Amino acid sequence: MTVILDATAIHKSYGTLHVLRGVDLRVVRGECHCIIGPSGSGKSTLLRCLNLLEPIQDGRILFEGRDIAAATRREAPGIRERIGMVFQNFELFQHLSALDNVALAPVRVRGEAKARARERAAALLAKVHLPDKLDSFPDELSGGQQQRVAIARALAMDPALMLYDEPTSALDPETVGEVLQVMQELAEEGMTSIVVTHEMGFARRAADHVVFMDEGKVVHAAPPEEFFAPDTPLPDRLARFLGRIAH
Amino acid sequence: MDSPELILRYLSSERFLYAAWMTLAISLCSLAGGMAAGLVVALLQEARLAALRWVAILYLWLFRGTPVLFQLIFVFNVLPGFGIVLSGFGCAVLALSLNEGAYMAEIMRSGIRAVGFGQRQAARALGMRESQVMRWVVLPQAMRIIVPPIGNQFIGMLKLSALVSVIAVEELLLVANQAAAANFRYLEALSAAGIYYLGLTTIFMALQALLESALRRRGRKPQGTFLQRFLGATAEAGRVR
Ligand SMILES: Nc1ncnc2c1ncn2[C@@H]1O[C@H](COP(=O)(O)OP(=O)(O)OP(=O)(O)O)[C@@H](O)[C@H]1O
Ligand SMILES: [Mg+2]
Repeated sequence: MTVILDATAIHKSYGTLHVLRGVDLRVVRGECHCIIGPSGSGKSTLLRCLNLLEPIQDGRILFEGRDIAAATRREAPGIRERIGMVFQNFELFQHLSALDNVALAPVRVRGEAKARARERAAALLAKVHLPDKLDSFPDELSGGQQQRVAIARALAMDPALMLYDEPTSALDPETVGEVLQVMQELAEEGMTSIVVTHEMGFARRAADHVVFMDEGKVVHAAPPEEFFAPDTPLPDRLARFLGRIAH
Repeated sequence: MDSPELILRYLSSERFLYAAWMTLAISLCSLAGGMAAGLVVALLQEARLAALRWVAILYLWLFRGTPVLFQLIFVFNVLPGFGIVLSGFGCAVLALSLNEGAYMAEIMRSGIRAVGFGQRQAARALGMRESQVMRWVVLPQAMRIIVPPIGNQFIGMLKLSALVSVIAVEELLLVANQAAAANFRYLEALSAAGIYYLGLTTIFMALQALLESALRRRGRKPQGTFLQRFLGATAEAGRVR
């Protein structure tokens, strides 16, 4: 069992707003962790802290055995290469085709040869079931297709860990399934991932751990069978949250 | 001397050539100054500090709210009283730059805003350094947005520069006027100036259309024929100030 990510006692504040109040998260290689929680509980902030898009005020983030919380500004990009991130609003580069969106970072960041990067990009787009959209531009793709391009773009850097921040929240209901499908396939192939989501079905099917966050803390974490078992006593706030999203 | 011959003589005369060069130089310098001023104003408008945003608003209010002719004459006649003595050329470029900045600010702002925080963050998440984010994600998209309107501004500027004849800068209109005043052959002198203006605007419209085609995303069909796009450039140029 290789621990890929071991975050302990993470504290993050924006000015006087104390957003993360001592979060612990341990992710073993190949695991999929689903994070759920009410709006404003700090889920997105946690993901941004984990790949150093935001500095933390206190705590330790061991990633592949190294404490990255102390990384300098110059070291941070090299670490982010190893952590893929997928956003709620896709954030594809609008001036590039699907293929070039995927190939850009390998070429410009890793200095990969263009031909090879494009070949790999095509293979990744096939993997996310978009083999016929290589030359399409973002504005010619549906939300679900754009999000799958975004997943391929993140995979292109061969990350050891994938972070998804509500990847299906901005999608039409018809296209949610195709994105979750791709994410589940990746998880089953052993891609380590942390997924912030409100899709309880996905958490049940694909997660190894379900984590409930509230007010900047992990309130409850358990494997899905236990987490969703009807007779386990749950913390009040979690019971109310689950009740709310069930309706 | 008949008209065509005199027009030809004016066209090839050193005075007219020099005047055309002045027109071009004033336009280019003012456009560059206007872009710099516009970028500063755009950044001020986006600033966090309210006081800075107010400075930008004050600037826009002043320079959009008064005629550019007034601004030229003001710079030429009032600044020397404060010990700032500039050549006619210097006054022309200063006034036109400041005026242009008030319009360029909007263009720069649209370019800066075109690439949202989300895309920049996505690029960072892929391991790009700030300079790479700028080079490969922000600039290509910003350029595509600001080049067409900047081209229009430049063509407008070529025409606007005729105003500086009032502060005795030897550009095309002043030289044509002086030549005509000597022999009352207005048709010939103004035709020569008009031909130079058309020549300059045509060259730059063509350059603009070419640049736009080059910047247009690969694989996309351009809208309209080359000629339509070429003339389209004139439609928005030369906004009345
Ligand atoms: N850049 C920022 N500057 C200041 N405050 C921020 C910033 N980003 C987030 N916050 C604040 O931090 C808190 C947590 O935000 P976060 O986006 O992490 O919540 P979340 O759990 O992802 O919520 P949601 O489900 O709505 O996405 C919120 O109160 C938010 O207003
Ligand atoms: Mg969020």
